[in-house]
Amino acid sequence: MDMLDHIFSLLGASIRMATPLIFAAMAGIYSERSGVVDIGLEGKMLFGAFAAAVASFETGNPFLGLLAGIVICVLLSLMHGYASVKIRGDQVISGLAVNFLASGLTVTLGHAWYGQGGLTPALTNSQRFTGITLPGAEWLGAHVPVIGPFYEQVISGHNLLVYAAFAVVALTYRALFSTRFGLHLRATGEEPNAVDSAGISVAWVRYRAVLIAGVLCGFAGAYLSIAQNAAFQREMTSGRGYIALAAVIFGKWHPKGALGACLLFGFLQAMETRMQNVQIPMIGELPSQLFSAIPYIITVVLLAGFIGKAVAPKAIGVPYVKER
Amino acid sequence: MTAPAIELKTINKRFGPVWANRDINLRVMPGTVHGIVGENGAGKSTLMSILYGFYIADDGQTLVNGQELTIQNSQQAITAGIGMVHQHFMLVEPFTVLENVMLGMEGQGLLSRARGKARKALNDIASRYGLNIDPDAIVGDLPVGLQQRVEILKALYRGAKILILDEPTSVLTPQEAGQLFEILESLRSQGVTILLITHKLREIMAITNHVSVMRAGQMVAHRDTVKTNPEELAELMVGRKVLLTVDKEPARPGENRMTVDKIGYVDSRGVKCLKDISFSLRAGEILGVAGVTGNGQTELMKVLSGALSPTSGSVKLETRSGVQVLKVGEWPDAGQMRDYSIGHVPEDRLQQGVVKSFDASENAILGYHNKPEYGQPLLNPEKVVKATREMMDAYDVRPQLPSMKTANFSGGNQQKLVLAREMMKEPDILLIGQPTRGVDIGAIEFIHRNMIEARDKGAAVLLVSVELDEILSLSDRIIVMNDGAITGEVVASETNETELGVLMTSSADGDEPKLQKHGLQKEPEKEKEEVVV
Repeated sequence: MDMLDHIFSLLGASIRMATPLIFAAMAGIYSERSGVVDIGLEGKMLFGAFAAAVASFETGNPFLGLLAGIVICVLLSLMHGYASVKIRGDQVISGLAVNFLASGLTVTLGHAWYGQGGLTPALTNSQRFTGITLPGAEWLGAHVPVIGPFYEQVISGHNLLVYAAFAVVALTYRALFSTRFGLHLRATGEEPNAVDSAGISVAWVRYRAVLIAGVLCGFAGAYLSIAQNAAFQREMTSGRGYIALAAVIFGKWHPKGALGACLLFGFLQAMETRMQNVQIPMIGELPSQLFSAIPYIITVVLLAGFIGKAVAPKAIGVPYVKER
Repeated sequence: MTAPAIELKTINKRFGPVWANRDINLRVMPGTVHGIVGENGAGKSTLMSILYGFYIADDGQTLVNGQELTIQNSQQAITAGIGMVHQHFMLVEPFTVLENVMLGMEGQGLLSRARGKARKALNDIASRYGLNIDPDAIVGDLPVGLQQRVEILKALYRGAKILILDEPTSVLTPQEAGQLFEILESLRSQGVTILLITHKLREIMAITNHVSVMRAGQMVAHRDTVKTNPEELAELMVGRKVLLTVDKEPARPGENRMTVDKIGYVDSRGVKCLKDISFSLRAGEILGVAGVTGNGQTELMKVLSGALSPTSGSVKLETRSGVQVLKVGEWPDAGQMRDYSIGHVPEDRLQQGVVKSFDASENAILGYHNKPEYGQPLLNPEKVVKATREMMDAYDVRPQLPSMKTANFSGGNQQKLVLAREMMKEPDILLIGQPTRGVDIGAIEFIHRNMIEARDKGAAVLLVSVELDEILSLSDRIIVMNDGAITGEVVASETNETELGVLMTSSADGDEPKLQKHGLQKEPEKEKEEVVV
């Protein structure tokens, strides 16, 4: 029973760790499926987290905090979109610019406004998204073996944004494969010429894709500062944007695959926290950095041939210019 | 009198100082096939892009079925009933045929219902025009001929009554081209107007009712096809008399220069690109390699020029630099191959032949830059420029500016520079790939004459080309490749396109032709059903 408790609480923690990755990975899928590389996921998340924390603190309403995160990320996305679609600039450079901008500006503004070394003031619970106990969780946990505690600890008890993340995956899947927009999106990432000659605007499809990516990054960022934590700290994304990007590639630009990858990476992050100071017989203490590195190692190793080639959308990273 | 399906009046289009189209007038009558011929850069594609809304004309009028229209984008062209089959297909390869056809015409936000409707409409069109295809096949898996069929279906699905085809046969086998023409006939008989852009005069003569000739951005002539002939059209295109056939004496083959023995090549994905290729090449002959693009010719050229090492087999060279037996594991690189007196004109000029951003003079010595005649140990710019001038002079490269950036030369002139570089060293063996790809008729004549000249001086020439005309008129012997293997060898003077076409689609072990293996297999079933009904 004790063992089961450990496992379930680890799984519950994995889901909480995976949530920002899932939002960001879905953002990456929209953007990259349309042919726009989005290395700026990291920066958008960071700025989104900052904006959410500030707005939530100032208004006292976490929903307004979320909204502020979304607005900021959409603005950054528009910048990236303008650079990638309109001026046909280098998408990696533009993404990096977003990252640098976010990294510098969040700390500077935070310092100027609150003078706490880049931190935003701590939020009270009413200013955050806090855990929700699903109906019947306690009763089931106490009375039904295995399934009950699983429901109580793994399924129930998360904040609203965690559930939203899973809904976003389902929506993304539907949007990509069952709607006209999805068909256009996927076609644009593969063969923008075909899209253009079919009378669809490549630029408009790509703008919509980066806008959606912005909205989702807003969710990811807000989750970090006003749901999982209770304040913004400098560089609090700590590479999650890149891990999400790795998850996109690992999942072959497919929402289901990316979800799986995010859950796996979330699990590894949960392990990282758990394994600190834990002595493993014969081996001793494992360095926690090992767990931080594993997502990248797995991505590289598996992509090197174990799960088959991940074929990127053909037109990814290529600004669209009409032929001839 | 019926209004023309398309009427263009004094269309002008300039790109900077260049007139791509100048004072273009054109009338295309409904239900006819109208050909537009012209050399590369004559402005055919620009004109069609204006008609299809890719470009907007600077001025002039466009009338479709008597109605004046300003076509600003493809959507408007589609609405006006104009469809286009591009030379480079506009298809999303990982999508199915159905998805490609319905792209942009879904009509509703959710795909499930849109799919059902599109499937029904597609089947209707397919059976009306006899364009059978499996709607659920992945487009990227289809052979080129069927991909083109998807493009035509796409246009018809959008309600096209006027179909523009841009160089439609450039990627097809003769058989596929034949099928395409049957389709075009059937479309015409059902009232579709067809605009056919091509540089192949034979196709113009075979299928069009009328033909318009463009030269240097202008319309120079309109003719009824029955009242003209290829010689006249060629002269109108180039602006001077052109010899369409190559004059040559019979070959006098000498000793063996190259003996290829069971060369095989397996690429990194494990695909057998070359399967036991064996042939010999003698001094004073041109051996043509025919085949549809992508059947091993490229790999063969790369192996023989030293760009790739084969995975099995050997090659024996007997040239002025002695006898060499090349074996797997110690395959020479491209530089050593040149030392063995092999000249190489690569198939893909811009990928392998020249560095676009280099000066002409730098490209003129590329691959031979270590030769003492260009200065040692440092390059001597004067010598390089002098040598370049000689090449430009001998091969009529224009403009004669060794310091001009290679990218700014026309395709024909770039190619002549490469040919000069490789051929003026008079190597014993010449590997020549697609010598006239993207080259205009005037330059083609010149290039062909030089190749024959090299042969008569005793060079052993291996010619790879997708243009069957070129293979047939230049070669003395022809080997045909399909799926990485040689499927036949014929004497050029005793064969024809039909025989080559059959060899190009048959397999080395005598299986049935390739076409029947793909997508088309649904046809027999359908016939059966009809018999029952």
